Amino acid sequence: MVNENIIEVKNLIRKYGDYSAVNNISFNVKRGEIFAFLGPNGAGKTTTIKMLTTLLHPTSGEIIINGFDPVSEQHETRKSFGIVFQDPSLDDELTAYENLEFHGVLYGVPKTLRKERIEELLKYVDLWERRNSLVKTFSGGMKRRLEIARGLLHHPKIFFLDEPTLGLDPQTRNHIWSYIKKLNKKEGITVFFTTHYMDEAARVADRVSIIDHGRIVQTGTVAELLIKTRKTTLEDAFLALTGHEIRDEAVGTGESYRIRHRTWVRH
Amino acid sequence: MQSIYILWLRQLKRYFRSKSRIVGTLGQPLLFLVALGFGLGPVFAKAGQGNYLEFIAPGIVSMSILFTAIFSGIEIIWDRQFGFLKETLVAPIARWQIMVGRTLGGATVAVFQGLIVFILSLFLGFKVETFALIPQMLIFMILIALLFTALGTAIASILEDMQGFQLIMNFLVMPLFFLSGALFPLQGVPGALQVVASVDPLSYGVDGLRGAITGVFHFGLSIDLLILSLTTTILIGIGTFLFSKIQI
Repeated sequence: MVNENIIEVKNLIRKYGDYSAVNNISFNVKRGEIFAFLGPNGAGKTTTIKMLTTLLHPTSGEIIINGFDPVSEQHETRKSFGIVFQDPSLDDELTAYENLEFHGVLYGVPKTLRKERIEELLKYVDLWERRNSLVKTFSGGMKRRLEIARGLLHHPKIFFLDEPTLGLDPQTRNHIWSYIKKLNKKEGITVFFTTHYMDEAARVADRVSIIDHGRIVQTGTVAELLIKTRKTTLEDAFLALTGHEIRDEAVGTGESYRIRHRTWVRH
Repeated sequence: MQSIYILWLRQLKRYFRSKSRIVGTLGQPLLFLVALGFGLGPVFAKAGQGNYLEFIAPGIVSMSILFTAIFSGIEIIWDRQFGFLKETLVAPIARWQIMVGRTLGGATVAVFQGLIVFILSLFLGFKVETFALIPQMLIFMILIALLFTALGTAIASILEDMQGFQLIMNFLVMPLFFLSGALFPLQGVPGALQVVASVDPLSYGVDGLRGAITGVFHFGLSIDLLILSLTTTILIGIGTFLFSKIQI
Protein backbone atom coordinates (compact mmCIF):
# COMPACT_ATOMS: atom_id res chain seq x y z
CA MET A 1 0.00 0.00 0.00
CA VAL A 2 1.31 3.45 -0.91
CA ASN A 3 2.09 5.63 2.11
CA GLU A 4 -0.33 8.52 2.31
CA ASN A 5 2.44 10.87 3.44
CA ILE A 6 4.98 11.72 0.73
CA ILE A 7 7.04 13.91 3.09
CA GLU A 8 7.61 12.93 6.71
CA VAL A 9 9.69 15.08 9.05
CA LYS A 10 10.30 14.03 12.67
CA ASN A 11 12.19 15.98 15.33
CA LEU A 12 14.38 17.69 12.73
CA ILE A 13 17.22 19.82 14.06
CA ARG A 14 19.89 21.82 12.23
CA LYS A 15 22.49 23.59 14.34
CA TYR A 16 25.35 25.95 13.44
CA GLY A 17 27.55 25.88 16.51
CA ASP A 18 25.18 26.72 19.37
CA TYR A 19 22.60 28.33 17.12
CA SER A 20 19.61 26.21 16.07
CA ALA A 21 18.37 27.35 12.66
CA VAL A 22 15.78 24.55 12.74
CA ASN A 23 14.80 23.41 16.21
CA ASN A 24 13.01 20.08 16.57
CA ILE A 25 10.30 20.38 13.93
CA SER A 26 7.87 17.65 12.83
CA PHE A 27 5.26 17.65 10.08
CA ASN A 28 3.87 15.51 7.26
CA VAL A 29 2.77 16.34 3.72
CA LYS A 30 0.19 14.13 1.99
CA ARG A 31 0.50 12.88 -1.56
CA GLY A 32 -1.07 15.31 -4.04
CA GLU A 33 -1.32 18.06 -1.46
CA ILE A 34 -0.39 21.73 -1.94
CA PHE A 35 1.45 22.58 1.25
CA ALA A 36 2.55 26.09 2.23
CA PHE A 37 5.51 26.46 4.58
CA LEU A 38 5.34 30.00 5.91
CA GLY A 39 7.46 32.06 8.26
CA PRO A 40 9.15 35.45 8.71
CA ASN A 41 12.64 36.12 7.35
CA GLY A 42 15.24 33.89 8.97
CA ALA A 43 12.62 31.58 10.50
CA GLY A 44 14.20 28.42 9.09
CA LYS A 45 12.18 27.86 5.89
CA THR A 46 15.08 27.74 3.45
CA THR A 47 17.24 25.68 5.83
CA THR A 48 14.39 23.16 6.08
CA ILE A 49 13.99 23.03 2.28
CA LYS A 50 17.75 22.52 1.91
CA MET A 51 17.60 19.54 4.26
CA LEU A 52 14.55 18.09 2.49
CA THR A 53 16.33 18.40 -0.86
CA THR A 54 19.70 16.85 0.19
CA LEU A 55 21.66 20.12 0.01
CA LEU A 56 22.24 20.20 3.75
CA HIS A 57 22.59 17.41 6.30
CA PRO A 58 20.44 17.61 9.43
CA THR A 59 22.16 17.71 12.81
CA SER A 60 19.57 15.17 14.00
CA GLY A 61 16.05 14.01 13.25
CA GLU A 62 14.40 12.02 10.52
CA ILE A 63 13.26 12.94 7.00
CA ILE A 64 11.50 10.67 4.54
CA ILE A 65 10.92 11.94 0.98
CA ASN A 66 8.78 9.67 -1.21
CA GLY A 67 9.93 6.72 0.92
CA PHE A 68 13.63 7.64 0.77
CA ASP A 69 16.09 9.03 3.30
CA PRO A 70 17.74 12.20 1.86
CA VAL A 71 20.98 11.49 3.74
CA SER A 72 21.57 7.82 2.91
CA GLU A 73 19.52 7.57 -0.33
CA GLN A 74 20.43 10.83 -2.03
CA HIS A 75 20.05 9.74 -5.66
CA GLU A 76 16.60 8.18 -5.16
CA THR A 77 15.49 11.22 -3.16
CA ARG A 78 16.77 13.62 -5.82
CA LYS A 79 14.91 11.79 -8.59
CA SER A 80 11.70 12.20 -6.57
CA PHE A 81 11.56 15.97 -6.56
CA GLY A 82 11.88 19.06 -8.73
CA ILE A 83 12.79 22.42 -7.26
CA VAL A 84 12.58 26.12 -7.93
CA PHE A 85 15.10 27.85 -5.69
CA GLN A 86 14.61 31.18 -3.95
CA ASP A 87 17.40 32.74 -6.06
CA PRO A 88 17.72 32.27 -9.83
CA SER A 89 19.64 29.11 -10.72
CA LEU A 90 19.69 29.14 -14.52
CA ASP A 91 22.78 29.43 -16.68
CA ASP A 92 22.38 32.84 -18.30
CA GLU A 93 24.90 32.00 -21.03
CA LEU A 94 22.81 29.06 -22.26
CA THR A 95 19.53 29.22 -24.16
CA ALA A 96 16.22 28.22 -22.61
CA TYR A 97 16.31 24.93 -24.53
CA GLU A 98 19.91 24.21 -23.48
CA ASN A 99 19.11 24.80 -19.82
CA LEU A 100 16.35 22.20 -20.01
CA GLU A 101 18.51 19.85 -22.07
CA PHE A 102 21.26 20.09 -19.45
CA HIS A 103 18.78 19.27 -16.68
CA GLY A 104 17.28 16.36 -18.64
CA VAL A 105 20.69 14.76 -19.20
CA LEU A 106 21.68 15.12 -15.53
CA TYR A 107 18.41 13.43 -14.53
CA GLY A 108 18.86 10.63 -17.08
CA VAL A 109 15.74 11.43 -19.14
CA PRO A 110 16.07 9.41 -22.41
CA LYS A 111 16.80 11.52 -25.52
CA THR A 112 13.49 11.06 -27.37
CA LEU A 113 11.43 11.58 -24.26
CA ARG A 114 13.59 14.56 -23.32
CA LYS A 115 12.92 16.24 -26.64
CA GLU A 116 9.16 15.70 -26.36
CA ARG A 117 9.04 16.79 -22.74
CA ILE A 118 11.08 19.96 -23.33
CA GLU A 119 8.75 21.01 -26.15
CA GLU A 120 5.67 20.21 -24.09
CA LEU A 121 6.92 22.14 -21.04
CA LEU A 122 8.23 25.15 -22.94
CA LYS A 123 4.85 25.43 -24.64
CA TYR A 124 3.16 25.00 -21.27
CA VAL A 125 5.02 27.99 -19.79
CA ASP A 126 4.69 30.02 -23.04
CA LEU A 127 8.41 30.05 -23.83
CA TRP A 128 8.56 27.79 -26.89
CA GLU A 129 9.00 30.76 -29.24
CA ARG A 130 11.98 31.92 -27.16
CA ARG A 131 13.60 28.49 -26.82
CA ASN A 132 16.75 29.54 -28.67
CA SER A 133 17.23 32.84 -26.85
CA LEU A 134 19.94 33.17 -24.23
CA VAL A 135 18.47 33.24 -20.74
CA LYS A 136 20.31 36.49 -19.99
CA THR A 137 17.85 38.23 -22.33
CA PHE A 138 14.82 37.02 -20.29
CA SER A 139 12.78 39.04 -17.78
CA GLY A 140 12.46 37.88 -14.16
CA GLY A 141 9.04 36.36 -14.85
CA MET A 142 10.28 34.45 -17.91
CA LYS A 143 13.20 33.06 -15.90
CA ARG A 144 10.83 31.88 -13.18
CA ARG A 145 8.59 30.16 -15.74
CA LEU A 146 11.63 28.49 -17.26
CA GLU A 147 12.75 27.29 -13.82
CA ILE A 148 9.31 25.81 -13.26
CA ALA A 149 9.51 23.99 -16.60
CA ARG A 150 12.99 22.74 -15.73
CA GLY A 151 11.89 21.47 -12.31
CA LEU A 152 9.13 19.41 -13.93
CA LEU A 153 11.15 17.91 -16.77
CA HIS A 154 11.93 14.60 -15.07
CA HIS A 155 8.33 14.00 -13.86
CA PRO A 156 8.99 14.55 -10.15
CA LYS A 157 6.54 13.37 -7.48
CA ILE A 158 7.16 16.46 -5.34
CA PHE A 159 7.73 20.03 -6.45
CA PHE A 160 9.54 22.36 -4.03
CA LEU A 161 9.12 26.07 -4.64
CA ASP A 162 11.07 28.43 -2.40
CA GLU A 163 9.42 31.85 -2.77
CA PRO A 164 8.74 31.32 -6.48
CA THR A 165 6.93 34.62 -6.97
CA LEU A 166 9.31 36.88 -5.06
CA GLY A 167 9.81 40.20 -6.86
CA LEU A 168 7.35 39.45 -9.66
CA ASP A 169 4.44 41.61 -10.74
CA PRO A 170 0.87 40.49 -9.88
CA GLN A 171 0.16 39.35 -13.46
CA THR A 172 3.18 37.05 -13.55
CA ARG A 173 2.48 35.77 -10.03
CA ASN A 174 -1.07 34.96 -11.02
CA HIS A 175 0.19 33.17 -14.13
CA ILE A 176 2.71 31.11 -12.19
CA TRP A 177 0.19 29.94 -9.59
CA SER A 178 -2.28 28.98 -12.28
CA TYR A 179 0.44 26.78 -13.89
CA ILE A 180 1.19 25.15 -10.56
CA LYS A 181 -2.44 24.52 -9.66
CA LYS A 182 -3.10 23.05 -13.09
CA LEU A 183 -0.10 20.75 -12.67
CA ASN A 184 -1.23 19.64 -9.26
CA LYS A 185 -4.65 18.72 -10.69
CA LYS A 186 -3.39 17.21 -13.96
CA GLU A 187 -0.39 15.20 -12.75
CA GLY A 188 -1.24 14.81 -9.06
CA ILE A 189 2.11 16.33 -8.15
CA THR A 190 2.66 17.29 -4.50
CA VAL A 191 3.60 20.95 -4.10
CA PHE A 192 5.63 22.25 -1.15
CA PHE A 193 6.13 26.00 -1.28
CA THR A 194 7.20 28.99 0.77
CA THR A 195 6.04 32.54 0.19
CA HIS A 196 5.71 35.87 1.97
CA TYR A 197 2.49 36.63 0.09
CA MET A 198 -0.18 35.41 2.51
CA ASP A 199 -3.01 35.97 0.01
CA GLU A 200 -1.29 33.56 -2.38
CA ALA A 201 -0.87 30.94 0.32
CA ALA A 202 -4.51 31.30 1.38
CA ARG A 203 -5.71 30.98 -2.20
CA VAL A 204 -3.55 28.04 -3.25
CA ALA A 205 -2.62 25.88 -0.24
CA ASP A 206 -4.57 22.86 1.03
CA ARG A 207 -2.67 23.08 4.32
CA VAL A 208 -0.29 25.55 5.89
CA SER A 209 2.53 25.22 8.40
CA ILE A 210 3.99 28.28 10.11
CA ILE A 211 7.58 28.25 11.36
CA ASP A 212 9.21 30.88 13.55
CA HIS A 213 12.62 30.95 15.29
CA GLY A 214 13.23 27.44 13.94
CA ARG A 215 10.07 25.96 15.53
CA ILE A 216 6.71 25.14 14.00
CA VAL A 217 4.07 27.25 15.71
CA GLN A 218 0.98 25.97 13.90
CA THR A 219 -0.09 23.54 11.16
CA GLY A 220 -3.52 23.09 9.59
CA THR A 221 -5.86 24.23 6.88
CA VAL A 222 -6.29 27.97 6.44
CA ALA A 223 -9.77 27.71 7.95
CA GLU A 224 -8.38 25.90 11.00
CA LEU A 225 -5.70 28.55 11.52
CA LEU A 226 -8.28 31.33 11.29
CA ILE A 227 -10.46 29.62 13.92
CA LYS A 228 -7.50 28.95 16.25
CA THR A 229 -6.24 32.53 16.08
CA ARG A 230 -9.72 34.11 15.84
CA LYS A 231 -8.67 36.17 12.83
CA THR A 232 -10.32 36.75 9.50
CA THR A 233 -7.32 36.66 7.15
CA LEU A 234 -4.25 34.42 6.94
CA GLU A 235 -2.03 37.49 7.19
CA ASP A 236 -3.62 38.47 10.52
CA ALA A 237 -3.37 34.88 11.74
CA PHE A 238 0.30 34.80 10.69
CA LEU A 239 1.03 38.03 12.57
CA ALA A 240 -0.84 36.77 15.63
CA LEU A 241 1.33 33.65 15.64
CA THR A 242 4.71 35.20 14.80
CA GLY A 243 4.37 38.71 16.27
CA HIS A 244 4.76 42.18 14.75
CA GLU A 245 8.48 42.56 15.37
CA ILE A 246 10.50 43.29 12.21
CA ARG A 247 13.01 40.53 11.44
CA ASP A 248 16.45 41.41 10.21
CA GLU A 249 17.46 38.71 7.73
CA ALA A 250 21.12 39.71 7.68
CA VAL A 251 21.72 39.00 11.37
CA GLY A 252 20.97 35.88 13.30
CA THR A 253 19.53 33.83 10.47
CA GLY A 254 20.51 30.33 9.49
CA GLU A 255 22.21 31.67 6.37
CA SER A 256 24.46 34.13 8.19
CA TYR A 257 25.32 31.51 10.82
CA ARG A 258 26.02 28.99 8.07
CA ILE A 259 28.48 31.34 6.33
CA ARG A 260 30.23 32.32 9.57
CA HIS A 261 30.37 28.72 10.69
CA ARG A 262 31.75 27.59 7.34
CA THR A 263 34.35 30.33 7.32
CA TRP A 264 35.65 29.94 10.85
CA VAL A 265 34.75 26.43 11.97
CA ARG A 266 35.06 24.39 8.84
CA HIS A 267 34.11 20.70 9.15
CA MET B 1 29.11 9.36 -18.98
CA GLN B 2 26.35 11.53 -20.43
CA SER B 3 26.40 13.70 -17.31
CA ILE B 4 30.15 14.25 -17.63
CA TYR B 5 29.70 15.03 -21.34
CA ILE B 6 26.97 17.64 -20.75
CA LEU B 7 29.02 19.33 -18.00
CA TRP B 8 32.03 19.40 -20.35
CA LEU B 9 29.89 20.75 -23.19
CA ARG B 10 28.51 23.51 -21.00
CA GLN B 11 32.01 24.82 -20.21
CA LEU B 12 32.83 24.87 -23.93
CA LYS B 13 29.63 26.64 -24.92
CA ARG B 14 30.17 29.29 -22.28
CA TYR B 15 33.74 29.83 -23.46
CA PHE B 16 33.05 30.05 -27.18
CA ARG B 17 30.09 32.39 -26.59
CA SER B 18 32.23 34.81 -24.64
CA LYS B 19 34.26 36.43 -27.42
CA SER B 20 35.46 39.16 -25.05
CA ARG B 21 36.89 36.49 -22.73
CA ILE B 22 38.78 34.80 -25.58
CA VAL B 23 40.22 38.08 -26.85
CA GLY B 24 40.76 39.50 -23.34
CA THR B 25 42.80 36.55 -22.12
CA LEU B 26 45.07 36.82 -25.16
CA GLY B 27 46.20 40.33 -24.19
CA GLN B 28 48.60 39.37 -21.42
CA PRO B 29 50.39 36.49 -23.23
CA LEU B 30 50.76 38.67 -26.32
CA LEU B 31 52.23 41.50 -24.24
CA PHE B 32 54.70 39.11 -22.63
CA LEU B 33 55.70 37.65 -26.01
CA VAL B 34 56.18 41.03 -27.66
CA ALA B 35 57.58 43.09 -24.76
CA LEU B 36 59.82 40.42 -23.27
CA GLY B 37 60.49 38.39 -26.40
CA PHE B 38 61.68 41.36 -28.40
CA GLY B 39 62.66 43.66 -25.50
CA LEU B 40 64.98 41.26 -23.69
CA GLY B 41 65.90 39.33 -26.81
CA PRO B 42 69.14 41.26 -27.53
CA VAL B 43 70.33 40.96 -23.88
CA PHE B 44 69.61 37.21 -23.93
CA ALA B 45 71.45 36.80 -27.23
CA LYS B 46 74.45 38.84 -25.97
CA ALA B 47 74.69 36.50 -22.97
CA GLY B 48 75.06 33.67 -25.44
CA GLN B 49 71.68 32.08 -24.61
CA GLY B 50 70.26 32.22 -28.14
CA ASN B 51 66.86 33.51 -29.25
CA TYR B 52 64.76 34.66 -26.25
CA LEU B 53 61.46 34.43 -28.12
CA GLU B 54 62.27 30.79 -28.83
CA PHE B 55 62.93 30.37 -25.11
CA ILE B 56 59.90 32.09 -23.61
CA ALA B 57 57.22 31.07 -26.14
CA PRO B 58 56.63 27.67 -24.43
CA GLY B 59 56.62 29.47 -21.06
CA ILE B 60 53.98 31.93 -22.27
CA VAL B 61 51.87 29.10 -23.71
CA SER B 62 52.09 27.47 -20.25
CA MET B 63 51.15 30.76 -18.62
CA SER B 64 48.10 31.08 -20.81
CA ILE B 65 47.02 27.53 -19.92
CA LEU B 66 47.75 28.10 -16.22
CA PHE B 67 45.64 31.26 -15.96
CA THR B 68 42.74 29.92 -18.03
CA ALA B 69 42.72 26.60 -16.16
CA ILE B 70 42.81 28.18 -12.70
CA PHE B 71 40.07 30.60 -13.73
CA SER B 72 37.92 27.77 -15.15
CA GLY B 73 38.21 25.92 -11.85
CA ILE B 74 37.43 29.02 -9.85
CA GLU B 75 34.28 29.57 -11.96
CA ILE B 76 32.54 27.34 -9.41
CA ILE B 77 32.43 30.38 -7.15
CA TRP B 78 30.44 32.26 -9.81
CA ASP B 79 28.14 29.26 -10.16
CA ARG B 80 27.68 29.25 -6.42
CA GLN B 81 26.96 33.01 -6.29
CA PHE B 82 24.65 33.00 -9.30
CA GLY B 83 22.83 29.90 -8.11
CA PHE B 84 23.62 27.46 -10.91
CA LEU B 85 25.74 25.22 -8.67
CA LYS B 86 22.60 24.28 -6.71
CA GLU B 87 21.04 22.93 -9.90
CA THR B 88 23.93 20.49 -10.37
CA LEU B 89 24.21 19.61 -6.68
CA VAL B 90 20.57 18.46 -6.40
CA ALA B 91 20.83 16.34 -9.56
CA PRO B 92 20.93 12.56 -9.05
CA ILE B 93 24.59 12.20 -10.04
CA ALA B 94 27.73 11.66 -7.97
CA ARG B 95 29.83 14.67 -6.99
CA TRP B 96 32.91 13.13 -8.61
CA GLN B 97 31.08 13.11 -11.95
CA ILE B 98 30.43 16.84 -11.61
CA MET B 99 34.06 17.40 -10.69
CA VAL B 100 35.32 15.33 -13.65
CA GLY B 101 32.95 16.99 -16.15
CA ARG B 102 33.89 20.46 -14.99
CA THR B 103 37.61 19.69 -14.88
CA LEU B 104 37.58 18.21 -18.39
CA GLY B 105 35.61 21.20 -19.66
CA GLY B 106 37.93 23.72 -18.01
CA ALA B 107 41.01 21.85 -19.22
CA THR B 108 39.72 21.71 -22.81
CA VAL B 109 39.14 25.46 -22.76
CA ALA B 110 42.63 26.04 -21.32
CA VAL B 111 44.28 23.83 -23.95
CA PHE B 112 42.39 25.69 -26.67
CA GLN B 113 43.58 29.01 -25.26
CA GLY B 114 47.15 27.64 -25.15
CA LEU B 115 46.91 26.59 -28.78
CA ILE B 116 45.81 30.08 -29.83
CA VAL B 117 48.85 31.57 -28.03
CA PHE B 118 51.09 28.93 -29.64
CA ILE B 119 49.80 29.84 -33.12
CA LEU B 120 50.27 33.56 -32.38
CA SER B 121 53.85 32.92 -31.29
CA LEU B 122 54.49 31.23 -34.67
CA PHE B 123 53.37 34.44 -36.36
CA LEU B 124 55.76 36.43 -34.14
CA GLY B 125 58.71 34.38 -35.31
CA PHE B 126 58.79 31.34 -33.02
CA LYS B 127 60.17 28.30 -34.86
CA VAL B 128 59.27 24.69 -34.10
CA GLU B 129 62.12 22.18 -34.50
CA THR B 130 59.89 19.42 -35.82
CA PHE B 131 56.12 19.23 -36.10
CA ALA B 132 56.38 15.51 -35.31
CA LEU B 133 56.70 16.57 -31.65
CA ILE B 134 53.33 18.37 -31.64
CA PRO B 135 51.49 15.34 -30.10
CA GLN B 136 54.04 15.34 -27.27
CA MET B 137 53.46 19.06 -26.82
CA LEU B 138 49.71 18.47 -26.68
CA ILE B 139 50.15 15.86 -23.95
CA PHE B 140 51.99 18.38 -21.79
CA MET B 141 49.41 21.06 -22.52
CA ILE B 142 46.62 18.69 -21.45
CA LEU B 143 48.46 17.72 -18.26
CA ILE B 144 49.12 21.36 -17.29
CA ALA B 145 45.47 22.20 -18.02
CA LEU B 146 44.08 19.28 -15.99
CA LEU B 147 46.42 19.95 -13.08
CA PHE B 148 45.53 23.61 -12.71
CA THR B 149 41.81 23.24 -13.40
CA ALA B 150 41.74 20.69 -10.58
CA LEU B 151 43.70 23.10 -8.38
CA GLY B 152 41.24 25.90 -9.22
CA THR B 153 38.30 23.64 -8.38
CA ALA B 154 39.90 22.62 -5.08
CA ILE B 155 40.46 26.28 -4.17
CA ALA B 156 36.94 27.26 -5.25
CA SER B 157 35.47 24.49 -3.10
CA ILE B 158 36.75 26.17 0.05
CA LEU B 159 36.12 29.79 -0.96
CA GLU B 160 32.68 31.27 -0.27
CA ASP B 161 33.03 34.23 -2.67
CA MET B 162 35.42 35.99 -5.05
CA GLN B 163 36.98 38.16 -2.33
CA GLY B 164 39.83 35.69 -1.93
CA PHE B 165 40.54 35.65 -5.67
CA GLN B 166 43.18 38.42 -5.58
CA LEU B 167 44.91 36.59 -2.75
CA ILE B 168 45.04 33.43 -4.85
CA MET B 169 46.33 35.33 -7.88
CA ASN B 170 49.05 37.21 -5.99
CA PHE B 171 50.25 34.55 -3.61
CA LEU B 172 49.72 31.36 -5.59
CA VAL B 173 49.21 31.78 -9.34
CA MET B 174 51.79 34.51 -10.00
CA PRO B 175 54.55 32.79 -7.95
CA LEU B 176 53.71 29.50 -9.68
CA PHE B 177 54.29 31.22 -13.01
CA PHE B 178 57.27 33.43 -12.23
CA LEU B 179 59.21 30.69 -10.38
CA SER B 180 58.62 27.99 -12.97
CA GLY B 181 61.43 28.82 -15.35
CA ALA B 182 58.93 30.13 -17.88
CA LEU B 183 60.84 33.41 -18.25
CA PHE B 184 64.42 32.43 -17.41
CA PRO B 185 66.57 29.30 -17.67
CA LEU B 186 66.81 27.32 -14.43
CA GLN B 187 70.47 26.47 -15.01
CA GLY B 188 72.75 28.62 -12.91
CA VAL B 189 70.04 30.28 -10.75
CA PRO B 190 70.71 30.47 -6.96
CA GLY B 191 70.18 27.23 -5.05
CA ALA B 192 67.14 28.47 -3.14
CA LEU B 193 65.40 29.37 -6.39
CA GLN B 194 66.33 25.95 -7.81
CA VAL B 195 64.62 24.32 -4.82
CA VAL B 196 61.51 26.47 -5.15
CA ALA B 197 61.35 25.77 -8.89
CA SER B 198 61.69 22.04 -8.28
CA VAL B 199 58.58 22.01 -6.03
CA ASP B 200 56.56 24.14 -8.45
CA PRO B 201 54.58 21.70 -10.62
CA LEU B 202 54.41 24.25 -13.44
CA SER B 203 58.22 23.99 -13.80
CA TYR B 204 57.77 20.45 -15.07
CA GLY B 205 54.97 21.54 -17.40
CA VAL B 206 57.06 24.38 -18.84
CA ASP B 207 60.09 22.11 -19.15
CA GLY B 208 58.06 19.36 -20.81
CA LEU B 209 56.46 21.78 -23.23
CA ARG B 210 59.77 23.47 -24.04
CA GLY B 211 61.46 20.11 -24.47
CA ALA B 212 58.66 18.87 -26.70
CA ILE B 213 59.04 21.88 -28.99
CA THR B 214 62.81 22.48 -28.88
CA GLY B 215 64.13 19.06 -27.91
CA VAL B 216 66.03 20.48 -24.87
CA PHE B 217 64.84 19.43 -21.36
CA HIS B 218 66.03 20.66 -17.96
CA PHE B 219 64.55 17.91 -15.76
CA GLY B 220 64.08 15.28 -18.48
CA LEU B 221 61.01 13.98 -20.33
CA SER B 222 60.25 11.06 -18.03
CA ILE B 223 60.60 13.13 -14.83
CA ASP B 224 58.38 15.86 -16.28
CA LEU B 225 55.72 13.34 -17.25
CA LEU B 226 55.91 11.49 -13.95
CA ILE B 227 55.72 14.57 -11.70
CA LEU B 228 52.95 16.18 -13.74
CA SER B 229 50.84 13.01 -13.89
CA LEU B 230 51.30 12.36 -10.18
CA THR B 231 50.50 15.93 -9.14
CA THR B 232 47.48 16.01 -11.46
CA THR B 233 46.13 12.76 -9.97
CA ILE B 234 46.65 14.02 -6.41
CA LEU B 235 45.02 17.37 -7.13
CA ILE B 236 42.03 15.79 -8.88
CA GLY B 237 41.67 13.60 -5.77
CA ILE B 238 41.90 16.59 -3.40
CA GLY B 239 39.57 18.64 -5.61
CA THR B 240 37.02 15.83 -5.72
CA PHE B 241 37.18 15.41 -1.95
CA LEU B 242 36.76 19.13 -1.24
CA PHE B 243 34.03 19.45 -3.88
CA SER B 244 32.14 16.54 -2.30
CA LYS B 245 32.12 18.44 1.00
CA ILE B 246 30.40 21.54 -0.40
CA GLN B 247 27.13 22.29 1.35
CA ILE B 248 25.06 25.16 0.07
